[in-house]
Amino acid sequence: MPQLNSPDFFNSSSLLNDEEILIQNTARQWVEKEFNPIVVEHYRAGTFPMDLRFKLGEMGFFGANLPEKYGCAGINNIAYGLIMQELERGDSGLRSFASVQGALVMWPIHEYGSESQKEYWIPKLASGEKIGCFGLTEPDYGSNPGGMITRARRDGDSYILNGAKMWITNSPIADIALIWAKNEDGIVEGFLVERGTPGFETPEMKGKLSLRASITGEIILNNCRIPAENKLPGIKGLKGPLSCLTQARYGINWGVIGAAMACYEEALDYSKTRIQFDKPIAAFQLTQQKLSEMILEITKAQLLTLQLGRLKDAKTMEHYHVSMGKMNNVRMALDIARSARTILGANGIVDEYVSLRHANNLESVLTYEGTHEMHTLIVGETITGISAFRV
Amino acid sequence: MKIVVCIKHVPDTETKIVIVDDGKSINSNGVKYILNPYDEYAVEEALQIKEANEESEVVAISVGDDSTQSSIRSALAMGVDRGTLLKTGNFALVDPFSVAKILAEEIKLESPDIILTGKMSIDAYGSQVPGLIAELLELPVVNLARDIVLSEGKATVKRDIEGGSETLITTLPAVISAEKGLNNPRYPALKGIMQAKKKPLEIKEINLDETDVEIIELTYPKQKPAGRIVGNSADAAVELVKLLRQEAKVI
Repeated sequence: MPQLNSPDFFNSSSLLNDEEILIQNTARQWVEKEFNPIVVEHYRAGTFPMDLRFKLGEMGFFGANLPEKYGCAGINNIAYGLIMQELERGDSGLRSFASVQGALVMWPIHEYGSESQKEYWIPKLASGEKIGCFGLTEPDYGSNPGGMITRARRDGDSYILNGAKMWITNSPIADIALIWAKNEDGIVEGFLVERGTPGFETPEMKGKLSLRASITGEIILNNCRIPAENKLPGIKGLKGPLSCLTQARYGINWGVIGAAMACYEEALDYSKTRIQFDKPIAAFQLTQQKLSEMILEITKAQLLTLQLGRLKDAKTMEHYHVSMGKMNNVRMALDIARSARTILGANGIVDEYVSLRHANNLESVLTYEGTHEMHTLIVGETITGISAFRV
Repeated sequence: MKIVVCIKHVPDTETKIVIVDDGKSINSNGVKYILNPYDEYAVEEALQIKEANEESEVVAISVGDDSTQSSIRSALAMGVDRGTLLKTGNFALVDPFSVAKILAEEIKLESPDIILTGKMSIDAYGSQVPGLIAELLELPVVNLARDIVLSEGKATVKRDIEGGSETLITTLPAVISAEKGLNNPRYPALKGIMQAKKKPLEIKEINLDETDVEIIELTYPKQKPAGRIVGNSADAAVELVKLLRQEAKVI
């Protein structure tokens, strides 16, 4: 039987088909050859390797679970998840790049766009010719996006957008932004705003200590006039952006397992060759406990997330399933990254090793796309029937 | 132009091999198998020839068991048009001559313009199959190709030799085996992987004749002996040089 090219303590390979495994193997090979050798220089410089956009497109990694009709690969959600796992094994910034493009821009255009929007945008986004970003979060509205201030006012055949978005992955390098704004009735709607539109600015946010190999920016909309047909016709209300986030969070569920695996594999290797007191540190009970806890948590996350994928393919996945997965997996990955760093000792603080870079990245992942706290409250609301945060 | 590529399903180099109790075969449970890396160069070369010559077809042929299908699918995902599995009972025990005979019979049916293989498989290190196929088909063979140019029914092949390289020209059809560096094999893109499912993979049951060569024993490589520390002071350098010269005989 073909096998996953990753830690697989409970033989989850046997729960996957040949195609899913071939896709995982391919994605791992690709990341190891094309991305891992250059990630550190970009992390130090605070840049994203932009020439990879076309290579990612060629491989089919953008919106891979969308239909072939629009130039996508049409793979199932398990295989899609395994790609996210392998991209994030490289760096959370790489997975974020693909997540935003696929789940937050291509997916909503596919789900809520007009046929002409789909035919025009999806193939260009799939190939990497165009880069997209997703504008929902605002400086004063993070966990509570329903309070957004950004407005869209109809004016003849146009909409005029005003407002500001913040913490937007890829905004400074995007060709197209999906902006969520309230119309004159206070209803949230989605608008496609192309770069070059007067009144559309995307300053980069500097000084990040996390996700450094990923570009983050603001979006400033100052009387930004767009054609009325740039509105996504198929959705009204906050469930639009929230449904996109469910897609992206699904990818995070898988992605962070990849980051955890990278740290576990690094710590395991290191512990077997690092000698202290005349024996490898892997021989010490404290190290073995750390490593055992890591593989235990990775294995649990693998099985949890595989079931999540099966639910998604069966179209029975609910947003609270994704919330529970994100709660478990991101915290698990962050714990493993920190624990791996302790096994690496002083070596663990230099960027020759991956664990601290992953730990730093995972601080962002713990917070973005719904904070750990919000997902806890979503699960709480689901089991008690009482919302702790809705007014 | 029709191109046949002969491929093999082999254990990944990073796999830990376990010899089973009979001492003649390995335990394939938990072993990760891949498309032989040298055969990947052959597949890539075939695809490049196909891309440069309209109406070409690339066929991958492999001798193996059911699990071999995954390596054929990998080749299909890279862009090979169809595959044939020549399925044998106990694949692990098949000797190179038997493999070559089975392959040659199948290649005859395909009557290709060119036959490409890897220079060897990374599990058995036999390097015999390309030459044996060529002999059985009465075709020329060129091994260890680093560059292949086709024109007017001939192939110009560059290969490395001791201290330099040599360029040969051969009539076609011919068997050419690929050396590392012939090209840069492509990754199977997702679309290719999805299309591979729909491509034909024919399975033919093969009855093996008695083989002339059989494996008597498999053993693990010798364990490296533990290192020895000669001393910690500057004087130890003298002792070390002496031992390297007289005992280890490496300088």
